[in-house]
Amino acid sequence: MELELRGITKRFPGVIANEDVNLTVRSGEILGLLGENGAGKSTLMNIMYGLYSATEGDILVDGEVRAFHGPSDAIAAGIGMVHQHFMLVPVMSVAENVVLGVEPLKKKRTPWMFLGLVAATLGLLLTMVFNLFGVEEGIEGGMVVLLAAFAGLAWILHKDALDIAESRSEVEEISAKYGLAVDPDALIEDLPVGLQQRVEIIKVLFREAEIIIFDEPTAVLTPQEVEEFFGIMRSLQADGKGVIFITHKLNEINEVCDRITVLRRGKVVGETTPAESTEQGLAEMMVGRPVDLQVHKADAKPGDVVLEVQHLTVDDDRGHPAVSDVSFSVRAGEIVGVAGIQGNGQTELVEAITGLRPGISGVTILNGEDISQGSPRHVHDAGVAHIPEDRQRMGLVLPFTVTENVVLNTYHLEPFSNGTVMDWSASKAAAERLIEQYDVRTPSAEAPASTLSGGNQQKVIVAREFSRTAPLVVASQPTRGIDVGSIEYIHERIVEQRDNGAAILIVSTELDEIMALSDRILVMYEGRIVAETTPDDTTTTDLGLYMAGATA
Amino acid sequence: MSDKDSKETTDRKPSTMDEITGVGTSWGRAMLVPVLALFTALVCGALIIAVSDLDLLSLWKSDPGLAASGTWSKISGAYAAMFRGAFGDLQGWSETLTLAAPLILAGLSVAVGFKAGLFNIGAEGQMVIGGLTAVIIGFSFDLPAIIHVPLSILGGFVGGFIWGAIPGLLRAKTGAHEVITTIMLNFVALNLLTYLLKSSAIQQPGRDDARSKLIQESARLPRLLSFMDDPRLRVHLGILIALVAAGVVYWMLFKTTLGFEIRAVGANPDASRYAGMNVLWLYVAAMGIAGGLAGLAGVNPTLGLQYRATPGFSAAIGFDAIALALLGRSHPLGVVFAGILFGALRSGGQEMQAATGISIDLVLVVGALIVIFIAAPALIRSIYRVKTDDVSVSITKGIA
Repeated sequence: MELELRGITKRFPGVIANEDVNLTVRSGEILGLLGENGAGKSTLMNIMYGLYSATEGDILVDGEVRAFHGPSDAIAAGIGMVHQHFMLVPVMSVAENVVLGVEPLKKKRTPWMFLGLVAATLGLLLTMVFNLFGVEEGIEGGMVVLLAAFAGLAWILHKDALDIAESRSEVEEISAKYGLAVDPDALIEDLPVGLQQRVEIIKVLFREAEIIIFDEPTAVLTPQEVEEFFGIMRSLQADGKGVIFITHKLNEINEVCDRITVLRRGKVVGETTPAESTEQGLAEMMVGRPVDLQVHKADAKPGDVVLEVQHLTVDDDRGHPAVSDVSFSVRAGEIVGVAGIQGNGQTELVEAITGLRPGISGVTILNGEDISQGSPRHVHDAGVAHIPEDRQRMGLVLPFTVTENVVLNTYHLEPFSNGTVMDWSASKAAAERLIEQYDVRTPSAEAPASTLSGGNQQKVIVAREFSRTAPLVVASQPTRGIDVGSIEYIHERIVEQRDNGAAILIVSTELDEIMALSDRILVMYEGRIVAETTPDDTTTTDLGLYMAGATA
Repeated sequence: MSDKDSKETTDRKPSTMDEITGVGTSWGRAMLVPVLALFTALVCGALIIAVSDLDLLSLWKSDPGLAASGTWSKISGAYAAMFRGAFGDLQGWSETLTLAAPLILAGLSVAVGFKAGLFNIGAEGQMVIGGLTAVIIGFSFDLPAIIHVPLSILGGFVGGFIWGAIPGLLRAKTGAHEVITTIMLNFVALNLLTYLLKSSAIQQPGRDDARSKLIQESARLPRLLSFMDDPRLRVHLGILIALVAAGVVYWMLFKTTLGFEIRAVGANPDASRYAGMNVLWLYVAAMGIAGGLAGLAGVNPTLGLQYRATPGFSAAIGFDAIALALLGRSHPLGVVFAGILFGALRSGGQEMQAATGISIDLVLVVGALIVIFIAAPALIRSIYRVKTDDVSVSITKGIA
């Protein structure tokens, strides 16, 4: 099978999301689609999957022009899609999820369904007729009850007719064929993310897809799961399936793809193969200018201790200890990186330092002042800048404008207000200055933050937190889920803050980021600091071991 | 307690609820659905008029032409009478504005709640307590009008403020959901009113039924058109109170730090806590302000029309207010327009009933239909093929 996009242009009012895109994928090959967030990859895939219709251009299947009016048309044409956010029912089993919507049914269900429908229609007609001739309401009520009983019976019998054994055996067959080991009877909610993704893939295969689109499939996976996922993609390829692999991670695309297409601002800006491209070259193609994948920084010149954490213990939401007896310090002019797998107490540690979560015991001292009992406002005003790990949940009020988000935690101070009445012109001026200074791509300072891309949303937060001189910067996952260009930019700004004398605490699950930025590294495992080292004295392999619980 | 708050709203994608209450949508888009909903509701009302006349219905078989023209003249006659009744002459305007005033104030009450992310179902009870407080001040003191009127109005605000702050406090201190507590406090307020109206301190002497003493003349809200010497021109100070309140609420929400905090808490409590705002205190403040506004609504029928408190003086305005706030997209200006519209439907409905014999209940049906269409924006969008917000969001992401 061959799927071709020819001259696809997609215009939204005022914006061109895709312009004259040509793309072909054939059975038995893996096509990598590379591009920054907002480059138009998702729009293109949604066109291919029938969710959007193209303004111009054609979709060709085996050389024949096809019109997709919805995903069902695309599925019928043999196109499957594994979304970045899984579409599974958590309380149902693997087999049930796979067959959902196309359930194999036991024989003999039809007469019952038919009977139920006939009864329902008859009942309705009779009720109407009775109504017309003015028969008493008693009969009408009786009819309705009878009707409901019939419909209910038909529904129950229909429901029972799902052939679960057949579903399970089909799931097992697909699992075995492609090495997608998963228990068909397991409930989705009990499965880790990597296995849930397998269920999504089985779903697509069950619908007999020949071309499979993966939208950012590795974003949710651990490094080990990514390797297994690559294995699955190769077995799909070996079986003659065509695969479109969407990503913005350069190392992945070179490892697994046969051909690479790069999108930038809605257009195809390059087509290449792993053999003839380098990560550096791909990054430049993707961003449109030379990109520095390394973080350049001079040696740290640590000064006085700014943050001192002593014997800190913090509970999580359920009252279980999340941080146990942690002590460390951060000096002015140094970057301390906290490495660890998500969920080992980093979130609670940061929340305790910034006053968002009360500590159980222990103290945090900022420049000699005990801030352990301080409210978030107190900690903020004492000089702690905080880039929170979840920018959409905590860092921004998405429906608010960029201006409102820029003053989100300084609105009560001069010059943005006198404490009671806001000064919106001063706020807007500050926002416009920061938009300019931090290269935030937004139509205006009055645009809602929700309309910005992830990278630009993060830049708004970074701009806000770095625009005042804070002696301590706490940054959680400062570059999670944002594009290469913005990552480079934010890293530069963090180093700049360090060189201006700020003490910086970075929490990240990305080992590359920890290694590149940190002057000192702490590794957290199950709420404790299990290792302290420096980038020069360690390797990512060693860090990975510490993160998994090995002791130094 | 604060952890509970953070869990309630983990998903900050624009939700259907945000779309219904109009929180965080742009101007043009916010206007679109209410206007279309109003139009659709009026069309449905016309259909009801058309099919509810049996003579006209039977005429379709024998003479469709006559039936069509008859139906058309009936519908246009009804709506024309409604419009005439609401805006046709000075008395129409007077009645429209009189009825609109408490609707606007109660609508503002619900709107402030929405802006803070709270569902104030309790405007009715807050109205009752506010109105009762105003009446008690109104008959208890003998003061010059220049002091007595403002004092009574203030009493109404304070009474409502306290009644509204109670569910706010319960939410902040115990996590009790305001929908439950405000509904229950409505029952408390309405029955407390009936009970108190029969107590010797409040009941009109010499009467057995539940009605309060008359307020002093110095506490009456002055009629705005009293110089025309026509007792039917009832419009009184209440409409000015409502317009000023709308202006103050607008200023408070969009120009002050308190309003910024209220809007932030309503849109994202987690980010508000991160930004150092006292989320729990803001729940109390927002509910108090909402209650105070509803209390001012209660001042209207008591100090402005009846000059006393009677059971049911609130006339379910506090419930209509929810519809009104939805129609007005929780924006003060929108609430003013929605309030005048609802006032006009009511005063025009009276004229329609008198002129054409179509029951005023049709007006209530139209009002209810408006709310249903607003509460189901997807329905309106599919009828008029309006594109969803999601598309415009993904568009702008495309350029950034």
